[in-house]
Amino acid sequence: MSEAKVRHIRTPLARVRGRGAAKSGTDHFWLQRLTAVANIPLSIAAVVIIITLLGRNQAAAAQVLGSPAVAIVMLLFIASITTHMKLGMQVIIEDYVHDDSAKLVLLMANTFFTVAVGLAAGYGILRLSFGV
Amino acid sequence: MAETRAPAERPLSPHLRIYRPMLTMMMSIVHRITGFGLYFGTVLLAWWVLAAASPNGYAKFEWFAGSIIGRIILFGYTWALIHHMLGGVRHLIWDSGRGFGPTEREWLASANLIGSIMVTVVLWVVGLLATGGPR
Repeated sequence: MSEAKVRHIRTPLARVRGRGAAKSGTDHFWLQRLTAVANIPLSIAAVVIIITLLGRNQAAAAQVLGSPAVAIVMLLFIASITTHMKLGMQVIIEDYVHDDSAKLVLLMANTFFTVAVGLAAGYGILRLSFGV
Repeated sequence: MAETRAPAERPLSPHLRIYRPMLTMMMSIVHRITGFGLYFGTVLLAWWVLAAASPNGYAKFEWFAGSIIGRIILFGYTWALIHHMLGGVRHLIWDSGRGFGPTEREWLASANLIGSIMVTVVLWVVGLLATGGPR
């Protein structure tokens, strides 16, 4: 490496770390893909669970949703989709909202919404499971 | 300190409107729109799960799900879920570096659209049979 031909101002260490202006690496991309892969079997399982409960009454729905295997699958499904939702909506906001304060507010609202929906649904499953 | 000058009026790079709509482009847009819809549709999932705790609450959800508006929303939700899932598989194939050829990407886009409609119809036929047909 010759000093005369320095093409990058950034130090090699900064490049190795892969941290750009966002001050984070590929976490967003990776978690988005990870949850995308997890969503496939979990969504199929959730659809099957929903179809088996169609036309059944509340007692049956409560019993099936609260049973250990179904409850665990539903909790994984809820955790995976809400994480994926948060990441996806974040990209949409960053793509279309250019006003800094509006973007900040929407990014916060995005996190609040996805955490609230995820916790509400998760609580619903746990309540059925523990029969509270 | 020097005054900051207003940025020069430079031409923007060409955006969506200058392109002729193509299938892959439309599928990309639809993927985002279905994701956006599913985001809010998850409220229904939370409602259903919370409603399952009491007969009264469940009756309210069933009333909504059985209504015309409710069925239209749930049908759209089903299609959006399947379309977004198949579109996601397409993206995962692309992530592996495959499927970018002209024939392949067109085939993937068509399979995405046709597959999502077919699976949605099949799921609803199964669902309606399970509930004893349309009321």
